[in-house]
Amino acid sequence: MLLFALILLPILGALAVAVMPGTASRPLAMLTTLASLALAVYAAATFDRAAGGTAQFAASVDWLPILGLKLSVGADGVAMMLILLTALLGPICVASSATAIGQGDRPRVYYAWLLVLQAAMTGVFAAQDLILFYICFEFTLIPMYILISLYGSTNRKRAAIKFFLYTFAGSVVALAGLVYIAHAHAAKPGQSWTFDIDTLATTARGLSLSTQGWLLLALMAGFAVKVPLFPVHTWLPLAHTEAPTAGSVILAGVLLKLGTYAIYRLVLPVVPAAVLEYAPLLAVLCIVGIIYGGLICWVQTDVKKLVAYSSVAHLGFCMLGMFALNNTGVSGSVLYMINHGLSTGALFLLIGMIYERYHTRDMKQLGGLASKMPVWSTFMVFFTLASVGLPGLNGFVSEFMCMLGAFQSSSAWGSGLWHSVGNRPVGATPGSLGPWFAVIAGTGVIIAAMYLLYMVGSVVWGKLKEPHGHHHDGAHHHAALPRDLSPREIGVLLPLAVLCLLLGVYPKALLMFTEPSVTQTLARVQAGTTTGTLAAGEVAR
Amino acid sequence: MSERLAFLRPEILLFVATCLVMVVGLSKTYATRRLTSGIAGLALLGAFYLSIATTPSLTSAACPISGKVFSEPVSAASGQLLLPAMVPFMKATIAAVGLLLLLVQAGTVDRAEEAAIAAGKRTFDPLRTNRAEYYAFFLFSLTGLMLCASADSLIWLFLALELTSLPTYIMVAISTARNRGREAGVKYFFLGALGAAVFLYGFALIYGGTGQTNLNQIALAIRGNGLSTITLAGVMISLIGLGFKIAAVPMHFYTPDVYEGAAPQVSGFLAFVPKTAGFIAILLLCAMVGWNYAPPGADEPSALTGVITQSPWGTSLPEPVSLLLWVMAALTMTVGNVLALLQSSVKRVLAYSSIAHSGYMLVGVVAGPNTQASNELPSFASAFTRSGVSAVLFYLLCYGVMNLGAFAVLAAVERTPGADGEAREVDKFEDIRGLCRRDPVMGWCMVLCALSLLGLPPLLGFFGKLPLFTSGIAAGQVALVVILGLNSAIAAFYYLRLAFAPFLESPEEHVERTVPAPYATRRWAAVLSAASVVALAIFGSVLMREAARASTVQRIAPADVRTPASVRLEAGGSASTPPARHSSLLP
Repeated sequence: MLLFALILLPILGALAVAVMPGTASRPLAMLTTLASLALAVYAAATFDRAAGGTAQFAASVDWLPILGLKLSVGADGVAMMLILLTALLGPICVASSATAIGQGDRPRVYYAWLLVLQAAMTGVFAAQDLILFYICFEFTLIPMYILISLYGSTNRKRAAIKFFLYTFAGSVVALAGLVYIAHAHAAKPGQSWTFDIDTLATTARGLSLSTQGWLLLALMAGFAVKVPLFPVHTWLPLAHTEAPTAGSVILAGVLLKLGTYAIYRLVLPVVPAAVLEYAPLLAVLCIVGIIYGGLICWVQTDVKKLVAYSSVAHLGFCMLGMFALNNTGVSGSVLYMINHGLSTGALFLLIGMIYERYHTRDMKQLGGLASKMPVWSTFMVFFTLASVGLPGLNGFVSEFMCMLGAFQSSSAWGSGLWHSVGNRPVGATPGSLGPWFAVIAGTGVIIAAMYLLYMVGSVVWGKLKEPHGHHHDGAHHHAALPRDLSPREIGVLLPLAVLCLLLGVYPKALLMFTEPSVTQTLARVQAGTTTGTLAAGEVAR
Repeated sequence: MSERLAFLRPEILLFVATCLVMVVGLSKTYATRRLTSGIAGLALLGAFYLSIATTPSLTSAACPISGKVFSEPVSAASGQLLLPAMVPFMKATIAAVGLLLLLVQAGTVDRAEEAAIAAGKRTFDPLRTNRAEYYAFFLFSLTGLMLCASADSLIWLFLALELTSLPTYIMVAISTARNRGREAGVKYFFLGALGAAVFLYGFALIYGGTGQTNLNQIALAIRGNGLSTITLAGVMISLIGLGFKIAAVPMHFYTPDVYEGAAPQVSGFLAFVPKTAGFIAILLLCAMVGWNYAPPGADEPSALTGVITQSPWGTSLPEPVSLLLWVMAALTMTVGNVLALLQSSVKRVLAYSSIAHSGYMLVGVVAGPNTQASNELPSFASAFTRSGVSAVLFYLLCYGVMNLGAFAVLAAVERTPGADGEAREVDKFEDIRGLCRRDPVMGWCMVLCALSLLGLPPLLGFFGKLPLFTSGIAAGQVALVVILGLNSAIAAFYYLRLAFAPFLESPEEHVERTVPAPYATRRWAAVLSAASVVALAIFGSVLMREAARASTVQRIAPADVRTPASVRLEAGGSASTPPARHSSLLP
């Protein structure tokens, strides 16, 4: 029931916001998100970490039983952490919108849809039913579309429609794949039609390798767009750049994680043999994303666009770890999901603060802000370093684990198939990547350091540059904003900074939640790969 | 005969109401004339009740036209239904959606005339008013639609289809005072006649190939003697001709012009009534030629009679028919959606989207009924997810409701009258911009219905589409399902425009304001549709179960098939050519 409450609370809050006058919107939204956060923290505190591999707080209500559809929720360790992240970003988004969304900007619409979005995202992570998962997955599009197209910057209409069409087109193909999985399960003797994720994850495997390959293609069509992986990433920079600050934070913080989470939850256990087979290909896409995304960042002059493209590169690392298919890699990948949400979310908040003051994000017009805005600059440097992967901050741990996982994933010494890997060097684990993947991806770290530090160097340090015609007492300046950060803005950033530091020095705080879940997923992958390759062998014969 | 008439009680009730409406609508006093719509509404309610009330008799042995269809010797006197359980479901659906349609029709005709009479400028003149005719045609068309569902022979089917369509030609023409409406009516009539000619030709070929007009006898003849080329050609030509009714490629081209020319409430009528008739006919033809055979392995060729008791294609359609439907489905969805992208008129968008939705439903037809022989499951759960037929039946209901909602909004909002005082309908996207702020109820109805048409979860449209996905995949039509998915994505582009023009966009300065139409029932229809779009997504299980039950296909079990000779004999000693002479296409 706890998870139902976590989903329902924002919806009730949204309804309250919708019926109350606009002046009450923000306090109501704040109240709702804080209550959700408290609930989520309570859930995490009572979470049984030792049994983190199984869905906890499970609850189920029948809904359209004739379709085999249930409102069935539960959370394992990974889902719990992502729910917590979602709940954490809720109040931060509301607080950060205080001056950006005025009374003339239809605040009821803004806050109501922000809350609906939070409910839908929580629903994705909590869903134990495939169709419920898909419903929530798809429904996140509507609030985000509204937030971008009503509250975005100049090019918002195009960004919103591109965002919607890309992800919608991908996910309907994924739906076909998901339905096929349910069908393949139901076609087995003694099995009935069900959409229960756990059942499907354990029993739908054993399909022939070619079927799994097509399924992988269909599922990745939906989820890779969301992540986004390299060739289908083009909606992301536009959507990020045009979205309002809170929209960007949610987009980077949670929405992208829906894709990675779906891959972790559905793709790995259900089509393990195909993932193992095509992991090198997918990893190449990740690496192209890492390097290509990094190079594009380097030439950006729009700070927000730079951070947006950096997401492409970062998620490349995250997926590389996932496709390593070993404990280090997948754990790193899961850790990366959270860390990226914290540090990139914070960067978007910082850029939003600058934009509210200067109405520009152009690096050519901004520079040397350290002398004017020391507090902002401190946070900027801190979160940039977290994002770059400075040891001691959170980005380093996950990035390192992802690359280590890819390094140890041992195709370079084997045939690439799990059971036939022999004669492995010490430390190598089953998988189909290898050291070269890690080495090439490692250059991406250097590129990341270059563009992010270059950005910090030009915006924070150097000679003071402010946009032409900008006066502190002029009309351009937002009346409610001091020159440097206000206490509210510091309050928004501080929790994120603390978490970045905490997860940098003590990542185990998070890993102890996710470890059992990762172990279980990998066990399913292993079981599926063995049967999967056997089935493929039978087909070949 | 009287037993058979008892089965047709909903139709008879509607027919009586039609006659009554025709008389009452010509009354000189306004208060009496007004009763027409009330009578029509009561008749539809009664028909709804009777449709549901006839359900038990259908499954009982006492019912002359179903029951133990094949367990006793086939006689010409008792026609049998191939999809017997479809009848009550479809009739109830038709009556329910018909009630919604009736609400939208208020004030379609005679608006200026009645105003003039009320103002005392003119006296009542039966020649100048259309009220009686309009409501009579409305009921006639629905009667025809119900008759389609109970059709058991080609002739009956043809007459029912024409009874459905002929009134609509006139309804289109008289629905607006503008010439465009008349042009649309004439165009619709001529092209409709072409479509009717095509499928009538197909029916004739089927008769030529099998010597039978009764659908069951044809099914038996095909089963006994194989599918001759002429029969096959007849079936395929009929399907193409029926494509006119459902607005499927290549017979779709009239749709946008007719929908645009007619008043929105009539376009809404066209999007449901002829389409449903066409789908019922297609389902019957497919059941006749393919589905109604026992699953493969259930029966063996009888050694005694030498009759081929199992069709070579098992329980699926013959390959050419299946291929034809496949191509029609893929083309219809794609053409409809792509052309809808280019439109600037809301009604034309909805017209093209109506083409696309026919394509979606054809996927269900291609998938066919559940072949897993698990119809007996108490929950029908597996049956519903696997059966394309129930998916089509359920989707017809979903589409009827959500599409009607969109048209009802267009009918419930008008542009401010021009200089001549004539009300002008909303048509361009500019007209509905910012509707949520001017008229929140209608605006939100439009948002909900458009998002549901898009198939966005968790609205009704998604749950309509999901069984199409599941049944298509269960039938192995993965490629078609992927095309269906991609088409939904194309459709997202224009449905988003339709959904968010009222909500997110602000009206431009120079565009005229809109006012609510002075007919509250149109608003009720829109609200009811939008409410169903949400409510049925939550409580739709009952309807889905009924759809699953409705798609039960009569199987021809081996023991039921007599020798071809006996079949012909019992068919009344028809002098027609024995179909055995024709070469079987599929040996």
